[in-house]
Amino acid sequence: MMSVHVQENLFDLQSITQQLKKLHNSGASVTFEGYVRDFDTGQERLDLLELEHYPGMTEKALSSIESLAKHRWHLDDIYIVHRYGKLKIGEPIVGVIVFAKHRKEAFEACHFIIDFLKTDAPFWKKEITNQQSYWVDAKKIDDEEKSKWK
Amino acid sequence: MKIKLFYFAKVREILGIDREEIDVEDDIKTLAELVAFLKMRGSKWQSIFEAPSSYRMAVNQELVEANHRINTNDEVAFFPPITGG
Repeated sequence: MMSVHVQENLFDLQSITQQLKKLHNSGASVTFEGYVRDFDTGQERLDLLELEHYPGMTEKALSSIESLAKHRWHLDDIYIVHRYGKLKIGEPIVGVIVFAKHRKEAFEACHFIIDFLKTDAPFWKKEITNQQSYWVDAKKIDDEEKSKWK
Repeated sequence: MKIKLFYFAKVREILGIDREEIDVEDDIKTLAELVAFLKMRGSKWQSIFEAPSSYRMAVNQELVEANHRINTNDEVAFFPPITGG
């Protein structure tokens, strides 16, 4: 069981975790949730974060990251959700839930998935303040974090 | 050889278009050769492809490198390095 969800709407990771938990006899789940920061690269406070993506490729890229994780660890389930469109400060952007028999594979797989998602899933962030808007630059550390898994 | 081109994020904004279909000579065999061809279109194109670190490429919705071979009816996308998550 694996699934990817690319959507504009908000998601509730806690209730999704509770629903998935009923389907498995897992010993552990690890959840990662990322939120919109109030300011990132600029000095001014953000009003909105706008996320663009590549429909079709996004779903493919997320599914292939799930497959990589599933081949590397024994997992019961993986759930990935990522939003696009206009997001407000403090709202969730991305969620990853991993179910496994034991904590070690759940922790490692969750970490692996979010590291790969950062460099391989085609999303682009644009920060919008009341003054201006600008595209966020990619961070070198994201490539470095991913390369540690090889 | 017909190719579909897609542009995203800052690349899309600089060019002012999100997609186009082009017909290129069959001697264009790799992405690197396609990029060299597109750079001849002018300064906007040159600015996008100026540094290899400033853009990424996908063919048929998979990330690939410049030496990737292209075929007729391929879907080729150009976009900035990814900033999701």
